[in-house]
Amino acid sequence: MVAGLCTNVVFGFIRAAILFAALDSAGGSIAGYDQGSVGAYVWLSQGLLGAIQLNGAADVGDRVRTGDVAVDLTRPVDLQTWHLAEDLGRSAYTVLPRLLPSVAVGALTVGLAMPATAWPYVLGAASIVLGVTLSFYCRFAVNVLGFWLLDTRGLRTLYMVVSTFLAGLYVPVALFPDWLRTLAHTTPFPSILQVPIDIVSGRLGPTDAAKAFAVQCFWVAVACLAGRLLMAAGRRKLVVQGG
Amino acid sequence: MVSTGWSSPYRAVLASRIRAQRAYPTSFALDLASSLLVGLTELGEVWVVFANVTVLGGLDLDAVLLLFGLSNLAFSLADMVVGHVDTLPTYIRMGSLDAFYLRPLPLLAQLVTSDLTLKRLARIGVAAVALAAGLLRNDIHWGPQTLMLLGVALICGTAIFAGLFVCAASLQFFLVNGAELTSSFTYGGSYAASQPASIFPTPLKLVFGYLVPVAFTAYLPTLAILHLPGPPLLPSWAVWCTPAAVAWVWLTAMCLWRWGTRHYQGGGG
Repeated sequence: MVAGLCTNVVFGFIRAAILFAALDSAGGSIAGYDQGSVGAYVWLSQGLLGAIQLNGAADVGDRVRTGDVAVDLTRPVDLQTWHLAEDLGRSAYTVLPRLLPSVAVGALTVGLAMPATAWPYVLGAASIVLGVTLSFYCRFAVNVLGFWLLDTRGLRTLYMVVSTFLAGLYVPVALFPDWLRTLAHTTPFPSILQVPIDIVSGRLGPTDAAKAFAVQCFWVAVACLAGRLLMAAGRRKLVVQGG
Repeated sequence: MVSTGWSSPYRAVLASRIRAQRAYPTSFALDLASSLLVGLTELGEVWVVFANVTVLGGLDLDAVLLLFGLSNLAFSLADMVVGHVDTLPTYIRMGSLDAFYLRPLPLLAQLVTSDLTLKRLARIGVAAVALAAGLLRNDIHWGPQTLMLLGVALICGTAIFAGLFVCAASLQFFLVNGAELTSSFTYGGSYAASQPASIFPTPLKLVFGYLVPVAFTAYLPTLAILHLPGPPLLPSWAVWCTPAAVAWVWLTAMCLWRWGTRHYQGGGG
């Protein structure tokens, strides 16, 4: 955990330096971002990385590959919800050692512009939970494809690369050129990272925040359903040798 | 296959690793494709920033292409040749490292030659194309000095990143589960190397300029090739000290490696 934090902080410094230089070069603000909001964006996103896990890995993928999933399917709990509970627990734990120190480092070094009213934090906290849930549902769906592909390693790497970019980890989605921003918004990825950050940091006003939150809910429902359908289909496909 | 000399066992292992990766063409193609996408996305990140600004840290898009090409080519070459030493923690945890100790060959040489990650070729390709574009699009005064700068940058840059991978692996003897920590200077170093170092605040300039001297892999050569002056802490004439940066990284790597291998107690069993 400390190891992960160190890496998050180093990358945070580099990313902050790039975006600050870009702000300087553009004359102080780009797409509504200024020094303070860029700081908030960088350090919140670095801090949330541990919770959000954009790397495409999910335990269920390994269990599909090894065949252990056959045992899981005989258990009297819903497989997807059970893994979700595990993932939410893991994410909740990262708040203390990853999110808070990362935000503290940012506040001490570059200064963050954070909202002074309460509602962005309340809605933002709910939005972070939705983001983590959405991230899990997406990874679950990708990993369940292992029923057909057997080896999902290439697919997971693909997911990691596409999701980190379109979620707005390296450059905020608002800075994308128009066509790329439109493309990003047709995927669930901005709802995983960019939206929670925009809400917590107060970049979105109450109406826009509520809209973004609704979009998040929509994607959570879609990804959840996709995972369940794939799981149901995979269950029919699954043949377990021996036993 | 009759071959003698000190290198024959290494060559045999490397040849077997290459054959192994060619045995599953579909899987290899997928790996290549995802590695290609990683390279393209990294280039995409640079491009997205330049969709908003024309100059970053004193470099324009063409200059940054050169910078990106140099740093990524050096990093991905190092990654292909020695990057897999970061699997050392797995060997340590599984206890399979002890088998390496039993063979009458140097441990580090065995680890380095234990694999050759061919899928990185895709990233090398992206970096090479970016470098070529950077070289063509900039107004470069070609001469023996430019060629020498390029050669030194690529050879020394690869050596610097390779040394960083070895430093990272050495620390695993102590950390065991600390690959996340060391990736702050291997992958973090590569990320920092692909940015104009002039944008960093002073502490970061010192860290990425001298402590983890990744500025020598691309930023300083780019300045020298384009005849740009550079910031006070990283003047472009410093590029001629690149061999010293390589020596510094490898000296550290060798000390850490000796220290680590002596610390290692074996996995039991």
